[in-house]
Amino acid sequence: MDEHLQDQLSKWVEKTNRSLAKNPERKLKFKNASQLTVERVYTPQDVRNDYVANIGLPGEYPFTRGVQPTMYRGRFWTMRQYAGMASAEESNARYRYLLEQGQTGLSVAFDLPTQIGHDSDHPLAEGEVGKVGVAIDSLADMELLFKDIPLDRVSTSMTINAPAAVLLAMYIAVAEKQGASMDKLSGTIQNDILKEYVARGTYIFPPAPSMRLITDIFAFCAQHVPEWNTISISGYHIREAGSTAVQEVAFTLSDGIAYVEAAIKAGLDVDDFAPRLSFFFNSHVDFFEEVAKFRAARRLWAKIMKERFQAKNPRSMMLRFHTQTGGSTLTAQQPDNNVVRVALQALAAVLGGTQSLHTNSRDEALALPTEDSVRIALRTQQIIAYESGVADTVDPLAGSYYVEKMTDDIEEAAALLVHKVDALGGAVAAIEKGFMQREIQDAAYGWQMQVESKERVVVGVNQFQIKEPSPRGLLRVDGSVGEMQKLKLKELRATRDNGAVALALGQLENCARGTDNCMPAILRAVRVYATLGEICDTLRKVFGEYHADNVL
Amino acid sequence: MLSIDKLSERFLSGETRALAQSISLVEDSAKEAAKFLRLLGVPKALPRVIGVTGPPGAGKSTLTARLALSLLDKGEKVALLLIDPSSPFTGGAILGDRIRMHDLAGRKEVFIRSLSSRGSLGGLSAAAIRVLRLLEYGDFSTIILETVGTGQAETDVVEAVDTVVVVAVPGLGDDIQAMKAGIMEIADIFVVNKADRDGAERTARQIEAMLGLQEEKRRLPVPVLTTVATTGQGISEVLQALDRHTAYLTTSQELTVRRVKRRQKELYAYVKDLLVDDFFAWAKEAGREVAPNSPQGAAEIYSLAEQLIAEYYAERTG
Amino acid sequence: MMAEEKRTRVLVAKPGLDGHDRGAKVVARALRDAGMEVIYTGLRQTPEQIVEAALQEDVDVIGLSCLSGAHNHLFPQVVALLKQHQAEDILVVGGGVIPDEDIPFLKEQGVKEIFTPGTGTNAVVEYIKKNVVHR
Repeated sequence: MDEHLQDQLSKWVEKTNRSLAKNPERKLKFKNASQLTVERVYTPQDVRNDYVANIGLPGEYPFTRGVQPTMYRGRFWTMRQYAGMASAEESNARYRYLLEQGQTGLSVAFDLPTQIGHDSDHPLAEGEVGKVGVAIDSLADMELLFKDIPLDRVSTSMTINAPAAVLLAMYIAVAEKQGASMDKLSGTIQNDILKEYVARGTYIFPPAPSMRLITDIFAFCAQHVPEWNTISISGYHIREAGSTAVQEVAFTLSDGIAYVEAAIKAGLDVDDFAPRLSFFFNSHVDFFEEVAKFRAARRLWAKIMKERFQAKNPRSMMLRFHTQTGGSTLTAQQPDNNVVRVALQALAAVLGGTQSLHTNSRDEALALPTEDSVRIALRTQQIIAYESGVADTVDPLAGSYYVEKMTDDIEEAAALLVHKVDALGGAVAAIEKGFMQREIQDAAYGWQMQVESKERVVVGVNQFQIKEPSPRGLLRVDGSVGEMQKLKLKELRATRDNGAVALALGQLENCARGTDNCMPAILRAVRVYATLGEICDTLRKVFGEYHADNVL
Repeated sequence: MLSIDKLSERFLSGETRALAQSISLVEDSAKEAAKFLRLLGVPKALPRVIGVTGPPGAGKSTLTARLALSLLDKGEKVALLLIDPSSPFTGGAILGDRIRMHDLAGRKEVFIRSLSSRGSLGGLSAAAIRVLRLLEYGDFSTIILETVGTGQAETDVVEAVDTVVVVAVPGLGDDIQAMKAGIMEIADIFVVNKADRDGAERTARQIEAMLGLQEEKRRLPVPVLTTVATTGQGISEVLQALDRHTAYLTTSQELTVRRVKRRQKELYAYVKDLLVDDFFAWAKEAGREVAPNSPQGAAEIYSLAEQLIAEYYAERTG
Repeated sequence: MMAEEKRTRVLVAKPGLDGHDRGAKVVARALRDAGMEVIYTGLRQTPEQIVEAALQEDVDVIGLSCLSGAHNHLFPQVVALLKQHQAEDILVVGGGVIPDEDIPFLKEQGVKEIFTPGTGTNAVVEYIKKNVVHR
């Protein structure tokens, strides 16, 4: 404790407080989105001593400053724009465009029927085919999706959860046809079912069989697809559903704990699969809170892996993550403002040490992005990388009294919440009891009330509004995609070997009823052009369907 | 404005929407309910009425849905009345039990209605009792009433139904001392749900032990069953217990006793409503404010009340 | 004078496969705070399920929420089914990710109002209070 500083500080606080009568602050109390206090000024007093133990060096436990020693000095974060719409052909064209424009990895968005394991001709698919992403009904569509894209040289992230095993199998099968072997494939499947129950809603099966499929994927990839990130434990959607930054960290890491426990229970050694776990976070509006959040998450996870799971391999303790700028922060009003929002959010993610980044496009409050809008989003990342200089040193904001204190505060609050989830029996139990959902909904409602009372300003929406015409030129996906997919399905069913399909599905059903790893059976079914719906319906028969029973 | 004559015709013809609108009618107004029920005459046959109650999180809705599903499969026509608490501040409510009835979606022989407790602190509002009365005319063989599980005045429910099912969860046994004594007495059937959890058997035995202490008061022993409502395990045993209870009620005349009690309660409720309405109507006519003069003094409230009532009687009888 | 009150009953529904329910739940809560009785259907409702619930619950209003772009397909189906059941007096409103240019079509189809992104909950509450017809 520096007595001189302490003395100066007390005097300064007194003097400033006296001047408040004449020069009041904008608010009585300043709090960030997580309801953590933001002080007027931070000083060395706010930072704990022992730099090595608490903060550490990049690439070393507890990884506060980053998971690699050189970070962006070695290689920039992967610029990975989530994309996919309508048909496989159109999506393929968009991917090749983005790769030409300098994007360094692919990220596939699937439509809702695909995410929920239904073919495009399923009754519930009416009106939904190709709307929020690409429609994939079978390996044939997957082949079109990656036409002329060498899968052994491009890394692909697929945002797919409940039927992740099937889409991964299709990806592997396409690579095989290109002549690329499984062990060369790199990429990620989101494969995080717990957050689906909590915040995203594209679940199929109940928790227990879903966890089984997830650990099957862990085991299969550990052996055959070693470069593949088998899960992207996600906080993005939890945040989008309305949670605070602290809840985002706590619930995500709690989900992570559940997956690690499940894998260990399935007989895997923690160091065999943990290095391939990855995470996915949101980058939201409060700049410094977000930077602190990323650092806090890294440190907390490292401690959890080391102390709770006794991981020995440092790679098991590294929280590697993808970030997406917060979609729910985009406004439909004055959409060009979104470019600025995204720039700030992207900067926070970079200063937070993200491994890969998706920046939203300005028109995404209302539609999937146009080519022009998505190019600006990509340029935003490139400007940060190449022009701003922030990538030239590792973790530049370290040592900021504010950032270090906020990192500590977020870590502490998140650890407490993880403890609460533990007390409820873990993530799965907490979800069944509706705990996470309630916490998130309360935060969401609180946020909305703040916006409506103008306590929280959203520029262009509740302040600084203008009279503006409706936006023009938004991307539209019409119903013809649905019709085209239905025709493709008809043709597929007429031209494939239906006997082989029936056999494969039968084998899959047996496997699902037993305890063997389902991946080989799914691969076999995929190779003979069984459709996604047929495969998932077979699994539905065995596993049942999940129904969300918790309300508000 | 809906003509209640037309509505009663449509109701008696079995139209679903008319049933729904009639429920709203009787729920909203005791006077309208009285008029409407008079038009309907006497119900052809009285359905079996089952009350499902218990603390929040016990799985009452899931259990109710399962019971209903089994009854439907047996060819019964079922009505479900799901009650959720209203906000004490705004009077509004989020009625969230229906979301658990997904297995019943599209089944034509079941009618599901969500009701707000409309201010009554747990237990049943007079409105809910009127709705129950109306459902007697709906050709249902069984009505299941699921109440607010606040643990407060759930004892109300025993006066409105034929059979009371109390649902508990494992671990509750440890808090059983803390449970309101009333809840142990009102149960005709005890169900320990989520029986796949640790401690289910222990909780069931603890409940049996506590029930044993009351044996003399009861004429029929209360079965303690275990279920896993989400999978359907134990549901057929619950249905059997329900049937046994119904049989007992019928043969022992206990059913008649309970139903007369129920009518008694409805009578009291309606009399109270009429009196209260008339009192406030008088107050309005007479320009008398029914409000205290100052925040202090309990005694003043009592004198004020007595004074107002005296003036009211005088006006009405004078 | 407690027992006799007419409460506005609202069905908040999520038609189709869209799993984003933050908005629907925030609106439901706001309606409750405004004194209304709200039935929330949960996810993945077909138009048939929505109308069945609306009729049984005798709601005054149906609020449809869709963020997946399938609104032009799903919302009119709900209105059409209500017509089939002679229940067009139920006020149907919608919200979600709905571009302005789709609003005329939806209104033509019988959806009385669309609440686009950025709309406050009080606007929804006021609209319902003003336009609901208690039968």
